[in-house]
Amino acid sequence: MIRVQEEDFDMGREVAALYEGKQEIGAVCTFLGLVRDLPDSDGLKTMTLEHYPGMTEKELAKIEKDARARWPLSECLIIHRYGALQPGDQIVMVATASPHRQAAFESCDFLMDFLKTRAPFWKKENTGNGEQWVDARETDDVAAERWDKPD
Amino acid sequence: MKLFYFAWVRDKMGRDFEEVELPPDVTTAGEFIDWFKDRGPAEAEVIGASEMVKMAVNQEYAGPSYPLSNDDEVAIFPPVTGG
Repeated sequence: MIRVQEEDFDMGREVAALYEGKQEIGAVCTFLGLVRDLPDSDGLKTMTLEHYPGMTEKELAKIEKDARARWPLSECLIIHRYGALQPGDQIVMVATASPHRQAAFESCDFLMDFLKTRAPFWKKENTGNGEQWVDARETDDVAAERWDKPD
Repeated sequence: MKLFYFAWVRDKMGRDFEEVELPPDVTTAGEFIDWFKDRGPAEAEVIGASEMVKMAVNQEYAGPSYPLSNDDEVAIFPPVTGG
């Protein structure tokens, strides 16, 4: 399941709803991404997230489909926010549920790696020194590439 | 065709959307980029930027050989930074 929204979310409630009534689920793995302000920054005031409505949902659905093809997942939830956020705010959550622990762990990691390199979101930071678009990180591409399997 | 710009590409172009008419000899994403970069200084700057821009056709990532027509929705944007 994919949700792209401006409003905040309650991860505890989302996870409880995910496994409620599904007794084959033995493992749930979650990831929560937050707006951070590192100690050596210019002082982050606002992080604004922009996205490409339509393509965002399509890309996230593809990433979910890929994960479901690789691991036996009972449930899968991705929530990503957009709009103006402050340090400490929640940006993204991923939850994967499976009969098996390993599948839940690995697919959660996989979903985040591909979300970061494929989903059309862009971050703009507003600090004491004005506004700046965040540069893409090569390490994110490397993280996504490690899932490539030789056929 | 419908042409959308996002993030710093939009800032450089000074708009988020425009309607453009493709010349008949532009039939792929690669040919589009070659045509687009010669349209003006902002376009040249966007395509020549050190951070390679991405292109989507009908909301899917498109490589140079991806086919293109005037009925398509095209978007140009920087590498993504979500998550």
